[in-house]
Amino acid sequence: MIELFGYLLSGVTVGFIYTLVGLGFTVIYNSSGIINFSQGEFVMAGGMSTVFLIYAGLPLGVSFVLAIMITSMIGILLYKLISFSRDSSQISLIILTLGFAIFLRGLAQIIFDKQLHTMPSFVGEGAFEIFETTISYQAVLIIIVASTIVVSLYLFFQKTKTGQAMVAASNNVDAAKLMGINIKKILMLNFAISAVIASIGGILLTPITSTNYEVGIMLGLKGFCAAIIGGLGTPFGAVAGGLVLGILESLVAGYVSSEYKDAVAFVVLLAILFFMPGGIFGNLKSQRV
Amino acid sequence: MLKKYNINAQIIFLTVVLMIIPFFFENDFYYEIAILSMLNALIVIGLNLLMGYAGQVSLGHGAFAGLGAYISVVLSTTYGLNPLLSIFISVTIMALLSFLISKPILKLKGHYLAMATLGIGIIISIVLEVEEEFTGGSDGMSVDSFVVFGYEFSDSTAWYVLCAVLLVFTIWAFENLINSPFGRLLRSIHDSEKAANSVGIDVSYYKSIVFVISVVIATIAGSLYAFFSGFISPQEASFSHSIELVVMVVLGGLGRVYGALFGAVILTVLPQLLTSFEDYETLVFGCIIIAVMIFMPKGIASLFDNILKKKEQNSASS
Amino acid sequence: MLQVSSVTKQFGGLKAVDELSFNVKKGTIHSIIGPNGAGKTTLVNMITGVYKVDSGTVFLDGGDITNLATNKLVHRGICRTFQHLEICGNLTVIENVMLGFDKYMDKNILRSCFRAKSILEDEKRYLKRGMHLLDLIGLADFANKEAKNLSYGILKKLEIIRALATTPELMLLDEPVAGLNPKETEEVSELIQTVVADEVTVLLVEHDMKMIMKISDHITVMNFGKKLAEGTPKDVVNNEEVIKAYLGSGALSGR
Repeated sequence: MIELFGYLLSGVTVGFIYTLVGLGFTVIYNSSGIINFSQGEFVMAGGMSTVFLIYAGLPLGVSFVLAIMITSMIGILLYKLISFSRDSSQISLIILTLGFAIFLRGLAQIIFDKQLHTMPSFVGEGAFEIFETTISYQAVLIIIVASTIVVSLYLFFQKTKTGQAMVAASNNVDAAKLMGINIKKILMLNFAISAVIASIGGILLTPITSTNYEVGIMLGLKGFCAAIIGGLGTPFGAVAGGLVLGILESLVAGYVSSEYKDAVAFVVLLAILFFMPGGIFGNLKSQRV
Repeated sequence: MLKKYNINAQIIFLTVVLMIIPFFFENDFYYEIAILSMLNALIVIGLNLLMGYAGQVSLGHGAFAGLGAYISVVLSTTYGLNPLLSIFISVTIMALLSFLISKPILKLKGHYLAMATLGIGIIISIVLEVEEEFTGGSDGMSVDSFVVFGYEFSDSTAWYVLCAVLLVFTIWAFENLINSPFGRLLRSIHDSEKAANSVGIDVSYYKSIVFVISVVIATIAGSLYAFFSGFISPQEASFSHSIELVVMVVLGGLGRVYGALFGAVILTVLPQLLTSFEDYETLVFGCIIIAVMIFMPKGIASLFDNILKKKEQNSASS
Repeated sequence: MLQVSSVTKQFGGLKAVDELSFNVKKGTIHSIIGPNGAGKTTLVNMITGVYKVDSGTVFLDGGDITNLATNKLVHRGICRTFQHLEICGNLTVIENVMLGFDKYMDKNILRSCFRAKSILEDEKRYLKRGMHLLDLIGLADFANKEAKNLSYGILKKLEIIRALATTPELMLLDEPVAGLNPKETEEVSELIQTVVADEVTVLLVEHDMKMIMKISDHITVMNFGKKLAEGTPKDVVNNEEVIKAYLGSGALSGR
């Protein structure tokens, strides 16, 4: 029982990170219909930048802010590249974002290095115990910050004028153009927001799992799984998908086989795709032929 | 429709080029790159049939090639079967397997299809890495030599000839296939599934068939590569290998047999050239992919198209 | 030859087609008309297996074809065209026509790879027949042009020719003259009449009243998913219910 509680807790912690990556996917997908395969690299960029800014002697807070800004610039750069592309077929854009991911990994190798890095937890290394299970402060921080992001993102898109305009614009591009809304700016903002969410994920995760230039590959794919499991395009789905994934992964690692832990996300992904293609929270609308 | 220009002329040209190239090879390393290029080209031609003609994306073909190769290797090296027989059994298993998974997978479209193939690919690569007993784990395993009817393929020239023959034959067969009613049917699926459906074509059946063909070719080429290099590791089945293959298809030009050849050769040779950049290798590779997708999203083959079109226009106007 | 018996299709709470029945007689042009949203296209999609019927049956020459997939129907002798063009843009015009002959052609993979005689002969034979069909509507000059470069009017005709190439007994034409100018409309109606003269039955869904009244043998009028009236063009024009449904739209006067 105590064991189970421990697994659930670590599952939820990791799950919130997947949620953040999945949310990043969702923000870009909802606004542009593009699946961004470099989302994981955004996470990596956030974590790695922070580590190296701290190495450079900057205070923690300043490093965070700078790292988030750097990552959002990367998001905007990706948007710019996509808007330059002469062809907007799905496969070209998939490969463009894959190429961008490779580019970011290459860049990270050069600017940073190929080593594993970690950084001190910003809430101290301490922990406390509930039901004989140790919970690190960092885990608590992840849960709090991630939930805050989820809620504020919801409030932003639902309750603020700018957010509503962004949703409306991506739902009906032509109408938005007629109303004089600058679609390009909105798309760019979406890419930036997505990158910011991802970078926060990267910063939160680094003290727990460390980071290196390759860490984004798996994170990105699992975040994508989370988004699809919950129902691609539904922000709430990304949260549910991320948590389900994190918990299942942790349970499999604990009770079944730690070696097959990484496969969990993809097995669940396939099961969802084959049996409920709309995801847990997606609703399949019948298409008119 | 039967093409106006002769497929045989292209094949003869290709054969001659393949015969001349070795005269410029300075050492075995050149042969190695050439053989690897040709084997990659084989996989890419098959994948191109799936992506460029039937319009179905697969982000898992590296894993299919890797799994097929592992089955061949385990059968021949661990269980001592004849290599050719091993490959044959592996092809049969992979064909059945791919036919089975093609049914649920190919119902999916666009991003979902891409993710499903990616998911299967990653599961395969994780299994290969974890099941050390059979696969040697992440360290890989060595592979016995390739002996066919008493002849041992040991030197690079023999492998070069084998791969060249296989490549020329495959290109010839695929050109024929694409210019047959079967090929027209595939292209129609790519353009409009509804149209294909409306003239009586069982779209999902043909998608499955093409999926199986592409997996079979990947299995053969992957197996041969393992025998050639005398070593195999789960790296063959990795996500990044699958991505490389897809990039080769798109870089060369979707829906073009020769595009696939260009794409495979360029992306096999390029990393070798880039090794001189050392740490910058990945960065440059990424930049090239981005640049190609931005400036010639239809691939390298489209450049030749444009040149041909201009020529036609010139000769028409003069 | 085609018996549609009380078919129903519901989308959410809305009955798009409600207990609709009608019979199509062999060798006739049977038209389905009705105001926008009457459920005509839904009906076509049900007959051709795109949508599953909620209830009801469809019989062809006494055989049950309810919910049979579009591609299987082709082998039973039913072929359809689309309200919105479904032409393979990257194929040439003649290739699109030859696609219609697909069910007759040898598609064995090995024989295709090796350019077997049967493949080449099929290709030659059906190329000839395809060209013949194109000649029929005066499109032979465009045979080797990629379809995507051609005008909407030509493609509308091409779609009918492609359907004709499957040598159907029954053709379902979903708005074949939508968006065409009067001259093209005239050409398409002539084409349809030629088709029927070749003993093909035509089920026509159309808005163009002038054309409907001119070429139809029999008309079924739909409104809100139900059958409003049925009969010869003359009966229908004089039917009060029909006039009421169309009142104000002026459609019956035929532009």
